[in-house]
Parts: sequence; structure tokens; C-alpha cells
Amino acid sequence: MTLSKSQTGSKYWIQIGLLTTALTLIFGGLFSTSALADEVGADLPYKVQGNVKNEGIALEGVRIVVAGGGYTAETVTDAEGKWLIGVPEKAGYSVSLDQSSLPEGIAVVEEGGAEQSVEIGPSGVVTKNFFIGAGERIVVSMLDQVIARIVYGLNFGLMLGLASVGLSLVFGTTGLSNFAHAEMVTFGALAAFFVTSVLDLPIWIAIPVAVVLSGAMGWGLDSGLWRPLRRRGLGLVQLMIVSIGLSLAARYVFQFFASGGTTQLPGFDSPKIKLFGATALSVIDIASMVLSLVVIIAFAWWLMKSQTGKATRAISDNPDLAAASGIDVDRVIRTVWIIAAALAGLSGVLWAYFRPGIKWDMGAQILLLIFAAVTLGGLGTAFGALLGSLVVGLLVEVSSLVIPSDLKYVGALVVLIVILLVRPQGILGRKERIG
Amino acid sequence: MDWLAILNNTAQSLLSPATMAFALAALGLAMHFGFAGLLNFGIAGYMAIGAYGYAISVLVFGFEWWQGILVSLVASVIFSLILGIPTLRLRGDYLAIVTIAAAEILRLLFLTTAFGDITGGADGLSGYHNSFRAANPFPEADYGFGPWTYNSVELWVLVLGLLALVACVFVLLLLMKSPWGRVIKAIREDEDAVRALGKNVFAYKMQALIIGGIFGSLGGVIYALPSSINPGVYVTSLTFFVWTALLLGGAATVFGPVLGAVLFWVLQSFLSNVLPELVTSGVLPFISSIQASTIRFILVGVGLMLLVIYRPQGILGDKKELTFVK
Amino acid sequence: MSSSAKIPGKPASKTTGLHIGEIRPGVSKVDPIVTIDGVSRRFGGLTAVDVEHLEIPRGAITALIGPNGAGKTTLFNLLTGFDKPDTGSWSFAGKSLAGIPAFKVAQMGQVRTFQLTKALSLLTVLENMKLGAKDQRGEKLLYSLFSFLWKVKEVEIEAKAMELLKRFKLDAKKDDFAASLSGGQRKLLEMARALMTDPVLVMLDEPMAGVNPALTQSLLEHVLGLKEQGMTVLFVEHDMHMVRHIADWVIVMAEGRVVAEGPAEEVMKNPAVIDAYLGSHQDTDLGTITGRITLPKGKK
Repeated sequence: MTLSKSQTGSKYWIQIGLLTTALTLIFGGLFSTSALADEVGADLPYKVQGNVKNEGIALEGVRIVVAGGGYTAETVTDAEGKWLIGVPEKAGYSVSLDQSSLPEGIAVVEEGGAEQSVEIGPSGVVTKNFFIGAGERIVVSMLDQVIARIVYGLNFGLMLGLASVGLSLVFGTTGLSNFAHAEMVTFGALAAFFVTSVLDLPIWIAIPVAVVLSGAMGWGLDSGLWRPLRRRGLGLVQLMIVSIGLSLAARYVFQFFASGGTTQLPGFDSPKIKLFGATALSVIDIASMVLSLVVIIAFAWWLMKSQTGKATRAISDNPDLAAASGIDVDRVIRTVWIIAAALAGLSGVLWAYFRPGIKWDMGAQILLLIFAAVTLGGLGTAFGALLGSLVVGLLVEVSSLVIPSDLKYVGALVVLIVILLVRPQGILGRKERIG
Repeated sequence: MDWLAILNNTAQSLLSPATMAFALAALGLAMHFGFAGLLNFGIAGYMAIGAYGYAISVLVFGFEWWQGILVSLVASVIFSLILGIPTLRLRGDYLAIVTIAAAEILRLLFLTTAFGDITGGADGLSGYHNSFRAANPFPEADYGFGPWTYNSVELWVLVLGLLALVACVFVLLLLMKSPWGRVIKAIREDEDAVRALGKNVFAYKMQALIIGGIFGSLGGVIYALPSSINPGVYVTSLTFFVWTALLLGGAATVFGPVLGAVLFWVLQSFLSNVLPELVTSGVLPFISSIQASTIRFILVGVGLMLLVIYRPQGILGDKKELTFVK
Repeated sequence: MSSSAKIPGKPASKTTGLHIGEIRPGVSKVDPIVTIDGVSRRFGGLTAVDVEHLEIPRGAITALIGPNGAGKTTLFNLLTGFDKPDTGSWSFAGKSLAGIPAFKVAQMGQVRTFQLTKALSLLTVLENMKLGAKDQRGEKLLYSLFSFLWKVKEVEIEAKAMELLKRFKLDAKKDDFAASLSGGQRKLLEMARALMTDPVLVMLDEPMAGVNPALTQSLLEHVLGLKEQGMTVLFVEHDMHMVRHIADWVIVMAEGRVVAEGPAEEVMKNPAVIDAYLGSHQDTDLGTITGRITLPKGKK
């Protein structure tokens, strides 16, 4: 270095300054975890509140988490044992008390344990007081918690997988990064809701109807929008932005008809059955996992064995060659759109149970996770997308054991970026694709 | 119907901090996408950095307002480096995915209760105005006329926003007329060709990313200056709205983003005023006024689609100079 | 050693005496500008390039020929830093190029064109040309804001660009978008743009592909003109007439290896070359079968 000492010195200090400022900006609170407010989201329209006391003595610093409808928030009790968490919607929420934050020797002695569900009443406020008394705290071992999270993660991942294989197929065959895929997910849930609530039919009829309607929508979108645009010779970036416009328009059309609130499918609150360790699943959860698995296996069979499935893979590989060897590319792409939309619709129904709740932007809430799954697995490879979905699902659920639950999507997105750095072609992608 | 009030509100949005913030962000996107061909879907993240960078450095570190702005700009440069170093070597759509994910990560970090005592969590931040308002050179009075009547604080925000906008437009004009701009546009067309002529393509893309990011961050500061910061603003929809404004005016032009932002807000505020009025006066039957105000967002989506399909070069763009080359 | 190949009416003076010792693949050159040692590049299981030793003579026109898939373009990419070999070392004008990025290779004076022409479509012809010029202060971010710092240089560059455009008969098109040019004109523009960098070594990847026959003659003359001005030329070509006509030295590749090299006339008679090229069509004339038909390659 030929710089004089003072110059080097000041330069160094400027760099340090910049770096710390930035780090403080972004990760500022990482090391001050205990300093949480007792009131969170107090200006949100609805509120969940409570008072944690043991034999009349207020307990301070007890951690409370409220979750539901894709929203999560947590707080700790104040010196009077009080807590309040604002929630965005008039809907059902689960309230859980973190027993490890209770003093030694006492525990929640209420039936149902430390996790209870509440429904916002007409006043917009619901109060949930946990009964606490002397007693052995049911200590859940870390291993049991991890296992439980893995099971939930698999459930979530399978649901994501249904959505992401479709996105991946569309990308593989047409090159389109379809942002409106999120709205196809929402559409499926809304269709199921229409059948169950307006037509008053049971859910086992509603699901196939929703899937068929979604598939029809996929067909309609391809023949009414995407095929004409391909014919017009629009570039891929142009098509991508068209899909963004479609996504915005569709999302607000949903809001127009379904309003901004949350509604539920029948059976969303079916009781959790304790299986093993800390793992508890409802009948709906189990049905959802089985259904996803069956559909995914059927899809894999279609992709590997059927004529159209083979043609689909051929087009993903090399569209020119596929066209030259006599494959009717337009017909295959139409099939791909129908299947992609149908799978997305099904995943929408399952997502409505998983969240739980149907909302106009529910698809958009997981769009980035779907993109992450598709990219992780390798753009345009259907099985990669499936694998990527499972990874994302597990990451989101398991990581919430160590990071605050309102940051659980961050983990998956960070991993997405990191994977792109070290292996940009994705887990199953081929290197040439990144050009 | 009270047409006078509707027109009054619409006219106000011609010259509002939000319009200028959008114009700045759209200018940044013009640099990124229109000129350099970088698919940045994280402009909302840059705006969040501007807003939070300013407010946090004033509230937490006790900085002066102008120091706060500097911190925002520096933070946006660092954000560009973090985004750019890994992704600028990869194919364009990877940048799109990484930027949209990074903006979302930032938003969630600003939103989480874990950092609540710095970022305000879901409540956002407010009350960071003292230093800025103390520096107000305008004596307390009402200024302007008609719909454009401002008190001294509003005027101070507007003047600063306008100065920032004019400065950025001027810088972008100079840059794009220079040999540097020629290299940038050439990279948009074909980066291998530019590489083969001995230009460090990576460095140029990084410079473009940083400059556009500074514009976007400045937009975020201006957005936050009048009142408070609400984390619900910096969602991906904000990014898409800025894109709509950009494409409306013309992506590969300097004045297009400004025109696009103004038109976007004028139309938005006109529709948000007129649609509920149409419902109350019975012109639009069968829908509620909440539904009526949803219509304008549907129109944004439909408008964006039509724009990209039928006039991708935007209002001010040259038909021959289409930006969508790939 | 070499006899000059003369097409009636179009004499092209060949440079001779380029090599040392007996002609064989990898023969040493009197004055090599590029030296390649043990360079190999694999794609998956396929070996695209595997060159033990190769020297490119300075101040001459060297043709790189071979059947499709012989690794010519890959070798081009390796030499210019657009791709990295798995093994080996290679140098340009005595400096090792290992690990040197493409833009620095170009700055050292080794400039290339592409098989699929890369005219920058939405820049005007003149802007395309100006982009090629080296050492422009105005291309630096901070300087670019102050036009008085680069205006003088800009005028110089423009004059130089116009001179080149005149030579390539593109001066009338200077304000048109490059997108509006014909395929052949784009090839010319790409070559002219490369010359704006004042290169030492010009590497042309299939300069004749897709060029209208009416333009081929002037293209040939331009390539010969480069040599007259003291530049070294290395080109990949399928058109054997062009190779015969202007190449002083020919290198033949097949399956990633250099199978023969030497002066054009001699190489064409080499049985290994005929075999590599023609396989079963041994009785066909080499010039006609390897004509300038190139299949459009779907990129992206």
C-alpha cells in the first residue's frame, strides 16, 4: 500500500462505519431478542388479549404467539401479566403460550394444553386467559419438536409441490415465469368455497369440481391469452410482465367478489389427533398429505410414461427439435396449462386448510416460496420442483424452531439466494441451462 | 356528485410526495431495466431501505436529516453490491428472482417483532421529523393556490422532493448521452459483444444497479418525509405499480418514468375519488363502495397487460427502440 | 515451402516461411503470436477440445477448419476468455492468458467476432462503431457526467469510425439502427467495429456464414487488407474457396484435436483431412461439399 498512514486510517474507518451502519440497519435487533413489547400491532383492527397469572400473581415475560390466516405475531407479558396482539382479520387464530418461558414448577393446567384456538367475536376483541397452576410442565423434547416440524413441513412441502410442478412445467415448455400462478392457486380455493358454501355441497364433491374448474381456467388462459401472445411473438420478459398484470388484475377481481376478509372451508377446525411425540395432525391434514402424494405419483407416472408426458419433456429439452420430430407443440402446451392449473387449484384447496382460511391474496402469499422451490430444484425440471418444494416446506417449518415465527419465510428465501450462488442450476438442473 | 372535490383531489396528486417518490423509483428502474436491461423486481426493497434508513438513523442514531438521507443512499449501495455480486454474472431471470426475494426478505425483517424496537415492527415508524422540520427555510404561512395549497412543512417536503427529482433526471440525461450510457445500452443488447470489445461488463452492470438503486432509495426517503412509515407499503405490489408507471411512460426514456408516475397517480386518485362517488350517486348499481375502490387496482393490472402487449415502448418511447429484446 | 494459390484474376499474395522444420500437427512457428499447450475442455462426457500443442503465426492469415463439432468455436471461446479450459496453458504475445477474463483479453489486442452476428441492434451503426474504440475516458462513470472531458476524444473516434465505415461501404447507413442492416452488412459492421479497437490479432468466427455472395468478394478483400496493415488474422470457416484464396496457413481440427496443419494447398491434399471432412464421400470435391451452408442454430 502506498497510501499514507492517515489516509489508510480514515479510509478504514469510513469502511467500518458504512459496514456497521448497514449491518445495524438490516440486522440491528438480532442481539436484543428479549426486549419485546407487550403490545404488538395495536393499531390492527382486531385484537387478541389476555392476562397470565398464577394464583393471582402476575407473570412477566411469558411468551405468547398468535397465528392464523398466514399471519403470525408474538409478544411477552408485561409486569401486570397482560398481553395484547393485534390481528388483521376477523377470523380464527391459535394462541399458544411458550411454557419454557414460565417460571419453574408451574404449567398450563388447562385442557387442550398450551395451544388454544380462539375466534374473534363481534366486538372485534377476544380474551384468552390460560389457567396456570402448580404442575409438571409437559416438557416436549427437542427431538419430538423437530419430528413434529418435519411432519408439518412435509405436509406444507407436498402442498407447495402441487403448485410448483405446474409452474415448472409451464416454464419448461414455454419459458414463461408465470407470476399469475399464485392466482390459479387462489382460484382453486375460491372455487371450492363456492361449491361448499353457495351450492352447499360437501367438500369431497367440492375438491374435484374445483380441480376441474381450475383446469378449465388453465385451458381458457392458454387459448384466450397465452397462445395468441406466443403467436404475436412476444418476448419472454414481455410475457412475464403480462403475467404480472394478469396476477394483479385477477387478485383484485377476487377481492372484488370475495371481499377482503377470510372465509373457511368446512372442517377447517377439525380436532388435532395426537399421533406420536409432539406430532398432532387433524384428519384433514392427513387426508391432505395422502391426496397430495397420490396426485403427485399419478402426475409423475403421466410425465414419465404417457405419450403427452414424454412429449412435454421433449419440448422442455429442445422445443425446435421436438417440433421438428412431429410433436404438436401447441397441443402439448395446452395440456400442460390444463394440468398446471388443475394442480395449482388443488394445492389452493389444501393451502386453504393449511393456513387456515381463504383470502383473495392467499396465493400471492406463497408465490415466492413456489418460485423458490422451482428455482431450487432447477428451473424447468418438474421433479426438481417437487424436491425443491419439500426442501422449502421443511425449511420453513423446521427453521421456525430457532428463528421467530414471523420470519419463517425469510429462511427459505435466504437459502434460495445462497443456492443460486453456489449452484445456480438448482439441485437437479443441468449446468448448460444458465448460459 | 361533487366534481369539484374530485378534480381538486386529482389535481393535488399532480404534485405530491408520493408522485415524486414513484417518479424517482421509476427513474431507478429505467436505469436498471430500460437502459441496462437488468430485471429488477425489488424496487420496493430499495424504497424500503430509503425510508427505513432515513428514519432509523434519525430515531436510533440521532442523526441530522441530511445525514439520514446519506445513510439511506449508502445502505442502498451496499444492498446493490450484495444483490449484484452473486447475480450479475447469471442469466437475467435469476436477477429477477433474487431481487424480488431480497426485497421480500427486507420487508419481513422490517416487519418482524424480533427487531421491533428498531423498526417498529408492524406499527412502522413515525416521529422522525424534528431535525428535518427545524431545517425548513420557509416561514410558516400558506403557499400556492387552489388545489396546490401547502403549509410550510408540506412546501419544504415538496421542494426537496422536486430538487431530488430534477437532480436525478439531470444525472440520468447526462449519463445516457455519454459514452458510458452507450456501453450500458450496448450491454442491454448483447453483453458478449461488449465483452469482446474489451469492456468490463460486470463493472458496468454493477454501476447501473447502484445508480438505479440510489434513485429508488431516494424515492423511499421522499415517500417517508411527509408523515410516517408503514411496512405494509413495501410489498411486491408496490414494485409492480412502479413497473406499471415505468412502462406507461416509456422504459428506455428519461422523461417517460416521470410522466408515467404522474399519470399513474393522477389516474389512481381520480378513480379512487370518482368510483365510490359513482356508487353513492347510483350510477354504478349492485356494487358497494369498497368494491368500487377495488376496481382501480383491477384496472392497473389490465392496463399493465394491454400496455406490454400493444405499446411496450410506452408513451414517450420510440417504436423502433423496443426495450424487450430478449 | 508453400506455393501461392491463385484464383485467376484475383491474385492474393500469400505469406510463406511461417514454420520451423517438418510440417506436422503442432509444428513450431518462426514467430508465434498465440501458443497453446495441453488445452482441453470437456462438456459432460464429451471432449470438445483437446489440443496438445499449437502455435498461430504472427502477421499471417490462419484458417481454422474442420467438420461440424470439431471444436473450432470452442477453441475460439477458450482463446478469447469466453470459456475456461479444464486443463492447459495458452498465451498471447508472450503473456499467459490463464484466468484472464474476456474483456481483458480484448484489451490486450485480441478481438473476436461471433458466428451468430452480434450487431447491437438498437444502437445506430455509428454508435456501434464508437463503442469499439479503446481508452475512452467518457466510458468511466464519473467522467461521463462532464462532457468537456470526453468531447475531444469523441470527435476523434467519430472521424476514425467514419473512415472505417467508408472502407466497409456502410457510411450511408451511419444513423440507421443496426437492426435494419442485412445479414452481410451486419458481418461487415461487426468486423469494422472490431477494428475500432486497434487489434493485434483479429479472430473471425465464420465471417462468410450467411453473407450474400455479392458481398463475399469485398469481405475477402477486407480480410486481406487486415494483413497488409500488419494485423494477424485467425478465422474459422467452412467455405473452402475462401480458405484456399486467402489463408496463408490452415489448421484442421476434428473431434477436438488438431489433425493437420500447413499451407492451404498442401493441407487440402492431406488424406487425413479429406478423411476427417468427408468420411464416405471421398470422391466429392472438398470445395463444394463444405460450401457455405450453415444451419441456423437455435440459441435460447
